Amino acid sequence: MAERLSMVVFSGTVDKLFPVAILASGAVAMEQDVNIFLTFWGLDAFRKGEPQKNMRMSKDFEDKGQAMMALMQQNNVPSWYQTLKTAKELGNGHVKVHACAMTMDLMGMTEDDLDPIVDDVVGVGEFVEEAQKGKVTLFI
Amino acid sequence: MAVELQDTKVDRTIDARGSYCPGPLMELIRAIRESRIGETIEVLSSDSGSKRDIPKWCEKAGQQFLGIIDETGFARLVVRKGR
Repeated sequence: MAERLSMVVFSGTVDKLFPVAILASGAVAMEQDVNIFLTFWGLDAFRKGEPQKNMRMSKDFEDKGQAMMALMQQNNVPSWYQTLKTAKELGNGHVKVHACAMTMDLMGMTEDDLDPIVDDVVGVGEFVEEAQKGKVTLFI
Repeated sequence: MAVELQDTKVDRTIDARGSYCPGPLMELIRAIRESRIGETIEVLSSDSGSKRDIPKWCEKAGQQFLGIIDETGFARLVVRKGR
């Protein structure tokens, strides 16, 4: 795995967590490393128990959100969390999910508060340095 | 070509019909890892992305893409494990 996809996950709504999981899957399939940095609402969405109960949708698509969720359930689309878990499993150590140290401190969180899919807590400097090794970094 | 492909012996079939992108591709990757070199796997997919994604993935991953057989409402994508 030489190429790498980095993503800064700032958003914590389901409609934005979906593309994170799907893009991670695509990168794994194409044998790229995946480097995810969870910050702010993106990190809040990875609190223990949160991925299973989070139903939030973007405010700007509020009117269509519930219909979209229903459509996905009806079609048995796996959740964003399950999709990301599968990507991580198939990525075999090449998908790293990092929590933002600053957000952790600000929200008074410890590693015990995080979902097990999160690998570690890093500072923004380390993430940016890692992201520099690839051509693509997305802010979601 | 189509006739030859129809006659290809398949070692394993993955029924990913009803699964959306990237589901069928991810299921194929898992199956390829579990298979031995030279084994043939077919993926049944109703997802329109598979027809483009799976050949691309094969090229990238060094797997042999044998072809597509169109059926009603889905396609059979046939892959041989190359490495």
